[in-house]
Amino acid sequence: MNPTVARLTLRGLLGRRRGLLLLVVPVLLLLVSAFAAASSGNHHDLVVDILGKLGLGTLLPILGLVVGTGAIATEIDDGSIVYLLAKPLPRWKIITTKLTVAIGITWAFSAVPMLLSGLLMYGTKEGLALAYTAAALVAGAAYSALFLLLGVVTRHAVVAGLAYALVWESVIGNFVEGARKLSIQQWGMAVAESVAAEGSLTSVVSLGAAVVLLLVVAVAATVLASVKLAGLTLASEE
Amino acid sequence: MSLPPEFRPADTGVIHDIGYRGYTGPRLGRGYAARSLFTQSLRAAYGLGRSGKSKVLPMLVLGVATVPALIIVAVAVVTGVDKLPVDYAQYLSAIGLVVSIFLASQAPVLFSRDLRHHTVPLYFSRPITRTDYVRAKFGAMACAQLLLMLAPLLVLYIGSLLVGLKFGDQTAHFFYGLTAAVLYALVPTSVAVVIAATTPRRGFGVAAIMGYLAVTTAVVGVVVGLATTTVGFDEPLPTYPQWAVLLSPGGLVESLTNELFDLGTGPERMHAPGGLGLLVFTLVAVAMVAGSYRLLLRRYRSI
Repeated sequence: MNPTVARLTLRGLLGRRRGLLLLVVPVLLLLVSAFAAASSGNHHDLVVDILGKLGLGTLLPILGLVVGTGAIATEIDDGSIVYLLAKPLPRWKIITTKLTVAIGITWAFSAVPMLLSGLLMYGTKEGLALAYTAAALVAGAAYSALFLLLGVVTRHAVVAGLAYALVWESVIGNFVEGARKLSIQQWGMAVAESVAAEGSLTSVVSLGAAVVLLLVVAVAATVLASVKLAGLTLASEE
Repeated sequence: MSLPPEFRPADTGVIHDIGYRGYTGPRLGRGYAARSLFTQSLRAAYGLGRSGKSKVLPMLVLGVATVPALIIVAVAVVTGVDKLPVDYAQYLSAIGLVVSIFLASQAPVLFSRDLRHHTVPLYFSRPITRTDYVRAKFGAMACAQLLLMLAPLLVLYIGSLLVGLKFGDQTAHFFYGLTAAVLYALVPTSVAVVIAATTPRRGFGVAAIMGYLAVTTAVVGVVVGLATTTVGFDEPLPTYPQWAVLLSPGGLVESLTNELFDLGTGPERMHAPGGLGLLVFTLVAVAMVAGSYRLLLRRYRSI
């Protein structure tokens, strides 16, 4: 953790008007849940629909993608990463610092509004609000690590990340049972299932497997990103 | 080592006639330049004339969009059906995600890179005008999208004729699909292109476009679902949640064509609610395209 790198990353992600753009995600979630709370009150399915499908399934991956790749891929893209790499600072420290900032922002913009909109729609019943917040916390951290790695590895990080988040997790996951087991979203759901009241949420992965897989993905992505950044070659855009 | 001028012998300087001549041939002019920009951009959208790496994604998307149509036709040939299992317009909405990914990844290729490498002022130092530039780029992106959807439609149409389905019926439905394809190639594209033109960073552009398209679709799904859960089992579904579809450009086109040509069945069917809905949806679609085009012109006025 290096305070200067952290400050620069934070400014790169939230500076100018980018912070406002990111703010769209929590505002949208809160608006939809306020609308839902006003129109139809307590519906278990509704909460699952809004927090699960919209929040955890769509908004969180996109937020993680923008933040995770924005933390490093934009700097690699415009070549300004060389000024950072030229400093006497271990490369893994750059990765861990940027990852910490990315996870912090993802949490602030997804987990907090998830908790608020959960409480708004359903109160503390069945522990749903808390469950989805826990899912957003673990899944947000894993997404950040994965997309940060993509940003270091490929110049097409955003497209690759979208392909994973939307095509693999949503479309293929809907048809192929096995694909669902290999998805950060489902691992987050396993955590949510264990937090929520018995039988109120379901997930296809067991809690033990999910925790192990989440840890493996997060740690492996961070280590791999450090190794890749250590031997980074700056390629020009084709 | 050269001496200062006053010490040099005066007679060594010679001007050689290297035979320079001004260009006297035909000038191809502004229209030609604009057309070239259009074809170049259209090729660039599919990665033609660029490195192999940049061809991967567009060609992959084209394959993913077309192969299911081939499979459908192959199955129809083998089993000898009297009707294709999927209608043309329905097929387009089924591959909507793939088309969105193509749009999100390629619109910044056409727009952001020129901004990033400061090539836009170079274009404008030539006879080409700002309007020409916008028209060529917008047209190229819309055509690229149209081609992407036209390929599977043609496969389905030709396949259905080879199987021996009714010519008139198939042609009419092919025409509906074609109209939907044109609308899909105009309405979502126009918004995406404006987003792409605001940022010089490709990554941000891709994420912003995909975020916009995916989030609006998800919100529409949730809002429509919301209204459905509040209604009892036997009651007919209310049509007012269908107005939420106005938020999502892809959903807007789907609803519009479904209502216009009376396509689709079942409770999940998205449709513009009634005559008023049809009018409003059409107006919103036109406003989206025209407004985006105006915004784009304004964006490039001060570069």
